[in-house]
Amino acid sequence: MTTEGGVQDQSGVRPGQGSRATERRIGDVLLRVDRISLSFGGVRALADVAFDVREGEIRAVIGPNGAGKSSILNVINGVYVPQQGRINYRGVDFDRMNPHRAAQMGIARTFQNLALFKGMSVLDNLMAGRNLRMHAGILAQALRIGPAEREELKNRAVVEQIIDFLEIQPWRRHPVGRLAYGLQKRVDLGRALALEPTLLLLDEPMAGMNHEEKQDMSRFILDVNDEFGTTIVLIEHDMGVVMDICDRVVVLDYGKKIGDGTPDEVRDNPEVIDAYLGTCH
Amino acid sequence: MARAAPRVDTFPQLLLHHARTRPQRPALREKDLGIWQTWTWRQFAEESGALAHAFHELGLRRGDHMAIVGENRPHLYCAMMAAQMLGAIPVPLYQDAIADEMVYVFEDAAIRLAVVEDQEQLDKMLDVRVRHPALTHVVFGDPRGLRHYDAPGLVALDRLIARGVELRLQQPGFVEAQIALGTAEDTATLFYTSGTTGRAKGVVQTHAALIDRARAAAELDHLTVDEEVLAYLPLAWIGQYIFSYAQALVVGYTVNCPESPSTVTNDLREIGPTYYFAPPRVFEGLLTQVTIRMEDAASPKRRLFGWAMAVGGRIGGAMLDGKPVGAIDRLRHALADLLVFGPLRNQLGFSRVRVAYTAGEAIGPDLFAFYRSIGVNLKQLYGSTETAVFVCMQPDRQVRAGSVGPPVEGVELRLADNGEVLVRSPGLLKEYYRNPQATAAVKDVEGWYHTGDAGILDPDGHLRIIDRAADVGRLESGALFAPKYLENKLKFFAHIKEAVAFGNGRDRVCVFVNIDFESVGNWAERRGLAYAGYADLASKTEVLDLVGSRVAKVNADLAADPQLASSQIHRFLVLHKELDPDDEELTRTRKVRRRFIAEKYAILVDALYSDRGSQYVETLVKFEDGRSGVVSATLAIRDASVCAPPAARTKAA
Repeated sequence: MTTEGGVQDQSGVRPGQGSRATERRIGDVLLRVDRISLSFGGVRALADVAFDVREGEIRAVIGPNGAGKSSILNVINGVYVPQQGRINYRGVDFDRMNPHRAAQMGIARTFQNLALFKGMSVLDNLMAGRNLRMHAGILAQALRIGPAEREELKNRAVVEQIIDFLEIQPWRRHPVGRLAYGLQKRVDLGRALALEPTLLLLDEPMAGMNHEEKQDMSRFILDVNDEFGTTIVLIEHDMGVVMDICDRVVVLDYGKKIGDGTPDEVRDNPEVIDAYLGTCH
Repeated sequence: MARAAPRVDTFPQLLLHHARTRPQRPALREKDLGIWQTWTWRQFAEESGALAHAFHELGLRRGDHMAIVGENRPHLYCAMMAAQMLGAIPVPLYQDAIADEMVYVFEDAAIRLAVVEDQEQLDKMLDVRVRHPALTHVVFGDPRGLRHYDAPGLVALDRLIARGVELRLQQPGFVEAQIALGTAEDTATLFYTSGTTGRAKGVVQTHAALIDRARAAAELDHLTVDEEVLAYLPLAWIGQYIFSYAQALVVGYTVNCPESPSTVTNDLREIGPTYYFAPPRVFEGLLTQVTIRMEDAASPKRRLFGWAMAVGGRIGGAMLDGKPVGAIDRLRHALADLLVFGPLRNQLGFSRVRVAYTAGEAIGPDLFAFYRSIGVNLKQLYGSTETAVFVCMQPDRQVRAGSVGPPVEGVELRLADNGEVLVRSPGLLKEYYRNPQATAAVKDVEGWYHTGDAGILDPDGHLRIIDRAADVGRLESGALFAPKYLENKLKFFAHIKEAVAFGNGRDRVCVFVNIDFESVGNWAERRGLAYAGYADLASKTEVLDLVGSRVAKVNADLAADPQLASSQIHRFLVLHKELDPDDEELTRTRKVRRRFIAEKYAILVDALYSDRGSQYVETLVKFEDGRSGVVSATLAIRDASVCAPPAARTKAA
């Protein structure tokens, strides 16, 4: 257990839910997507989408179904290669990303439909998430010889921190497939965190959750951002959640960006209201 | 047992003794980041000593009170010890209490320093401070989420320990001198009792009282330094305090703290405690889990389980009591033990349990028999905060479901004319803190403590508790009405979580029932009965029928007892919400506050005593985070089937 708290003797307000001091954490631009266009055959998934993500912020991507939200995440971490446009990550331009390189550079993500090994325990899933941080060969790992064992212990320590952080201690040894859906979502977040990412992409982290689970997940997302300083891009449908926890919001509709700004600005943007909040399709 | 030790009048002196004589033995363990971490007796003494220095620097002095709020954590135990080293008085508080409830204690005990576990508790302290600004310092254990807290006076425990270590080097011998100043008659700890009525009262317990009782009970059960205990109940409850602090220090055994409240079942299995203590509801919860899992098991397994339980029910208890059992029965029992009891005890984490106790509430005879028949040496004891727990205990081989055993060594016990149990014992409270009136009301001039419980002494000297003396009432007809007796009879059914009986001064008895969500939910699923939540489930006709059948069984039982036949339940309803300590309907130890409930739900009580078939009700509920809301429902009221008393059975009921 580390202590950053210490004896504090300044006066001030204490941060609670909702009131977050923004100035302290947000830094320079970490990621910039520049005029990205992506088509699948004749279907235009993304058209000239551009926005940036600053270090330490929580950035939301919202939009109706089929607006291209997941596609933009997939472009950022290299699953899709856009026909046009560039990604600038930490000041380096990339015409195309690939998932492995993205992971190596500290971009982790969770998936709308979860990406876990259902038959494996929570612990093993998180350890699998540490794979990139393992340098020993497969054989050495299997036999747990020499540096492999030390590495494993070190990685296990990190994983235990994550288990503690996400409060999933009771299910360490449970097969993931047998856990409740809300818990699986938490484990999926844990798997992404195991990479110790700089940038975390969350694809609908709260889909299918009840109110209480959403509150828990919101708190975990805020805590990840706060404790580890992780930059977060998330796709979310629940406007309440977006308004509560995000610093800035990008709005997509039919593959085009139609709004960008703070939650309040976006909420007052008439185009957004029409496309997303107001009229029915 | 701690063998002939040098003068050890106080807990800090006991700690020093262990740290000197057995420095490397484990005193405390905590599962942290998946690994059991150990504090040896020396480390326990060192951390406590360092904290004592630091607390002294923060201004904690002899006679001051210090609040402790959190789960069982070695750091909090050390903090408590540190306060006692300085002659200050720790005040453990229930960690699930909301800030509003805590303020009173902080004001009453003039607390200026609090040691808390984490952010959740720290938030409450900041709320408390709004109304009690004298709380200048709050020490927190887990720094998570607290980085941006900049209120004044917040101190990290790790920092404090480090500071204490520095101070210790500068002033060697300071702590030892402070400890030497302590006497047996000093107040060791101030316990606030939740109390079934009125404001919480601070029970002042001295080192002498706590140590004497801890020792007497340890001798009765021949506890040794090798015992392992799992501390998972609130430290504010004297039962947990005695088992995981007082007795651990007296005997010198090891206390284990679970990783988190939700991992207790796992941790229990990993530790395998040898000495175990739980209120009946915990045993009940475990049995409910077993029952549910057995119902889901395949048929051969269910049959095997049924057979073994029948064997256990017949001879398991006798085996434990060392009574003579025939050779064939012994063989049967050995087989049942091999195939069912052993694995079951292992699943429950009871493989190594040598002595287990339950207290605090009456335990159902079936429940009690279940644990004894699978070979868990479960016994009952009787006591309260005011008596430093141990008044009566069942010695090995003198165990039975209905009684709580004979008085423990050192206790004098007699019954008042109204049946109230009176106790004189070295473990009695010194007083209620700053409340001479309340003290005088329970402790008379001859030193008898009035327990408020109504009891009966069996011919062989075993005490039986029937109800709270004040709650025993009369029906309009003059017949005896013991509400708790009825409520317990209902609660002995797995489907019923709580019951509240009314009848004093009335012509008949009526009850509120709370269903057990887990158990009834499972029952409903098995029947393909869809429900949307607690309130919905509680209002299902099928569930009302289920509860009705339980009530009818209780009535049949009561009818067989001439004294209680007129206490049969005439009408009942199933409440739409769970009775909750946050709504003040239960005490923090989950005892029903009958009068409060009768007032709060007066409209429902009236409906029970009318001939209405249903009643609409709106209820204010409080959530754990302090918010509140309103729930409303229309509750059906059912007539129960009532049996004619034995004498009148020939007539139509």
